[in-house]
Amino acid sequence: MKKTIAFVTLISGLLAIGAPADAKEIRIGLITPLSGDVKTFGESVRNAFDIAVSEANAAGGVAGMKIVPVVVDDRNDPTEAANAANLLINQHRVKAIVGSVTSKTTIPVSDVAQTYRIPTITGTATNPKVTVADGRRKDYMFRACYTDSFQGTVMAKFSRETLKAKAAAVLYDASNDYSKGIAEVFRNTFARLGGRVVSYESYGKDDVDFSALLTKIKAAKADVLFLPDYYNKVGLIAKQVSEKGLRVTLVGPDGWDSPELVKVAGKAIEGGYFSNHYSPEDTRPEVVNWVKKYRARHGKTPDALASLGYDASNLLFDAIRKAGSDDPAKIRKALATIKGFKGVTGRFTIDKNGDPIKSAVIIRIENGKQKFLRVVNP
Amino acid sequence: MDALLNPYWIQIFELACVFAVSALGLNIIYGYTGLFSLGHAAFYGIGAYTAAFLMKSYGGDSQAAFLAAVLCGGAAAAAVAALIGLPTMRLTSDYLGIATLGFGVIMKVVFDNADAFLPELGGARGMTGISRMTSLPWALGFLVLSTLVVRNLVHSSYGRALTAIREDETAAGTMGIDVFRCKLAGFTVGCAFAGIAGGLYAHLYAFLHPSNFDFIKSVDVLMIVVIGGLGNMSGTLAAAFGWVFLLEGMRFLLPPDYVELRWVVIPVLLVATMLLRPQGLLGRRELPFLRGGGLQ
Amino acid sequence: MDYFLQQTINGLQIGFVYALIALGYTMVYGVVRLINFAHGDVFMVGAFIGLYAIDRGRLPLPVVFAAAIVGCALLAVVIERVAYRPLRDAPKIAVLITAIGVSFFLEYFTSLNQVFGPNYYSFPRPFEVVSWEIGEVTVTNIQAIIFAVTLSCLVALQYVVYRTKAGKAMRAVSHDHVAAGLMGVNVNLVITFTFGLGAALAGAGGVLYGIAYPQVNTFMGFVPGLKAFTAAVLGGIGSIPGAVLGALIMGQAETMTSAYLSSTYRDGIAFLILILVLLWRPTGIMGSPRADKV
Repeated sequence: MKKTIAFVTLISGLLAIGAPADAKEIRIGLITPLSGDVKTFGESVRNAFDIAVSEANAAGGVAGMKIVPVVVDDRNDPTEAANAANLLINQHRVKAIVGSVTSKTTIPVSDVAQTYRIPTITGTATNPKVTVADGRRKDYMFRACYTDSFQGTVMAKFSRETLKAKAAAVLYDASNDYSKGIAEVFRNTFARLGGRVVSYESYGKDDVDFSALLTKIKAAKADVLFLPDYYNKVGLIAKQVSEKGLRVTLVGPDGWDSPELVKVAGKAIEGGYFSNHYSPEDTRPEVVNWVKKYRARHGKTPDALASLGYDASNLLFDAIRKAGSDDPAKIRKALATIKGFKGVTGRFTIDKNGDPIKSAVIIRIENGKQKFLRVVNP
Repeated sequence: MDALLNPYWIQIFELACVFAVSALGLNIIYGYTGLFSLGHAAFYGIGAYTAAFLMKSYGGDSQAAFLAAVLCGGAAAAAVAALIGLPTMRLTSDYLGIATLGFGVIMKVVFDNADAFLPELGGARGMTGISRMTSLPWALGFLVLSTLVVRNLVHSSYGRALTAIREDETAAGTMGIDVFRCKLAGFTVGCAFAGIAGGLYAHLYAFLHPSNFDFIKSVDVLMIVVIGGLGNMSGTLAAAFGWVFLLEGMRFLLPPDYVELRWVVIPVLLVATMLLRPQGLLGRRELPFLRGGGLQ
Repeated sequence: MDYFLQQTINGLQIGFVYALIALGYTMVYGVVRLINFAHGDVFMVGAFIGLYAIDRGRLPLPVVFAAAIVGCALLAVVIERVAYRPLRDAPKIAVLITAIGVSFFLEYFTSLNQVFGPNYYSFPRPFEVVSWEIGEVTVTNIQAIIFAVTLSCLVALQYVVYRTKAGKAMRAVSHDHVAAGLMGVNVNLVITFTFGLGAALAGAGGVLYGIAYPQVNTFMGFVPGLKAFTAAVLGGIGSIPGAVLGALIMGQAETMTSAYLSSTYRDGIAFLILILVLLWRPTGIMGSPRADKV
């Protein structure tokens, strides 16, 4: 008897989850790694999403509907991410999704979203295949960040033209999509602009000892060392660069953006340059308010992933407002035609591939702080 | 009722079928032959990439081509297994484990850099553009077929030879069993199943990334085989389904603010299971249709 | 030539760190025939203890080491009592799976915000880096400390194992735990002691690692643990000098592959060497072949 009751309760519970939402509500899902090795990035994005949702609901919801968030964890695993997307769409019946964080999890999510025609936007996955793969545009998938090619090109050009570097070395994470993708573009662009790539080495995700590679790079005599990875790795490498007495200028992409970078690397990262979406010195009200809000709730400055997650969420909410309904097809159309959206990480116009057209800024690390250098337009 | 038969649960069920096929393979290798293999995921990967590549390049959308591709995946895994097996089958238990673990690491490096020699395979950027061919009939079909094959193998004289080797290698050799040949065969067959499962997986999720085939994934399937009970087919099947559904089921059982506890609770359950029932959930008992005649 | 020498020193640095972890694996395996997958995570806890001791406690370095050593030893003892001892008579694979479970638990539990947290934390270095130029080669004080600490641990360990009663008991249990028990050795105590000792080494290794590579994260123990275990097998699992030899070989193999070939193949080549060595000597370089009694 007890077993039957328990069983019936379980089934009812499951059925209840699948029940359609209240007419004045809209269910929006978030897929993010809340456990596993990139939990820290996943949490940044969740924090940003939470803030965006509570702001939207405080202002009366989107298109008159209250947002009901459904958050699922993908552990940064492609299979779990696909399961999570499936869960959100087929079990929770969400109308739109924000997610995921890394490219290897976002590509399967985009496939699922496309199959079931649910508009999805990622704040941070940079692989071009997220929105366009095998010659097909997945028109329900959008993103709020640059693709690999943009940043790789920006920094290669900057190194050649502004830093006047003749020889470049690249050190990237072979198992990280973001790192590998940008590294390839940098290498090709730098060579195309007449520079020599004297060293192109990779390391593994869990590596911490770069002595062998840095000794090799020192012998190759590079002017510039390109480090396309996240701030935690870059900080570690930078420290070893200075310990080995390597005299190079360090350059990198937006993965560098975090107060942790200077914390780990200290003086070693002084004089380094990286491309980013915005500068913290930016006086635009959106940026100032965002930083203040995030600090108030979480006690620290938001990193690039949080800011991008915030913009991705708001892009979606704006699209829902424009569409005026919770119909996924209408939301998709609204997302595809966004122009001049004022986000924290820049002014967005979404192009035909679902990727944003927006400028980048180049930041220099001076006296342990990020100093704005200049804007680069696409 | 609609909520339970939605595509989400169906796909989870299909995933469980795929896992079960792979686990049946490892059960032959470790459960029946006693070969401690920590590289099962590598063979799963070989099958996955082979099948995906063949299907994507030559198969298009045809069901017949899909069948051929998956079987080729199994064959590729078997071929590599035979190659690896030749030198390593004479290593003893823990050392074989380390050697297979090493092989798994080597394969992961190969997968990560596969795009250097075959750009289609994507390397660490992942392989996309695989058609979604694994439907419920395929998944169930392969599972049923695999179970039948394994059952017949286990209850044949071949299977008894493998069990004899597991129990006491020296005695088995004295009894006239060609120990090396049988071990190699057991290993190859088990890895073939892994390859087939890999091919099915590739066409279920339509995306392959080397991180799907690392050491941790080998550990996952080993856990399934051990929890089910070594050398116990019913146990393997039950554990495979149990594992997949537990992982997803935990999403519902945990309150929304505690989603990250999923992977804290699971190892606790694992340790508890081992402490309470170290011989595996089903020990040596098999379901009726899986029992052969005569001695177990 | 200088390039080669510099790379050799780099290889020694990472090799010695692996050695400290490998010693713990080999000792535990020698006594209970268990591959303690949780060992790498005990090492991680040691690094975090070091982090808190230096960062919050502002304790002097020797005390930091002591804290990590004691903390890790306690942790290992608890794990042994709770998770491994009940399975002493169960099939070996059950303990192995339990060890894996403990490993996952340590990694994920400590990554919760209420425990250590999921971030990559910078490990504060309690002293400045000093480099000495010997010819064209650079050696840092960090490397010197790693060499010194590891060598002293090794010497101390050899002393304990071969010159003390406790060590004798360990060797007896390793040989034949039934006979040792019959001879009056408290087998349970010896096993617990072995776990504690191995973990103490891992704890010291964790602090050293934090100093050398100043970033800690709850998943950091897994890969070094795996490599150290591989090194222990390479050298002959159960053999203390073997573990160190294996670790040094792994360190050199990795470094030289990066230095002269390409870092992409680094892990692959290290394991390839392992497999080749095992084919030549199936119980590792210094391992003793075990006779199977029929």
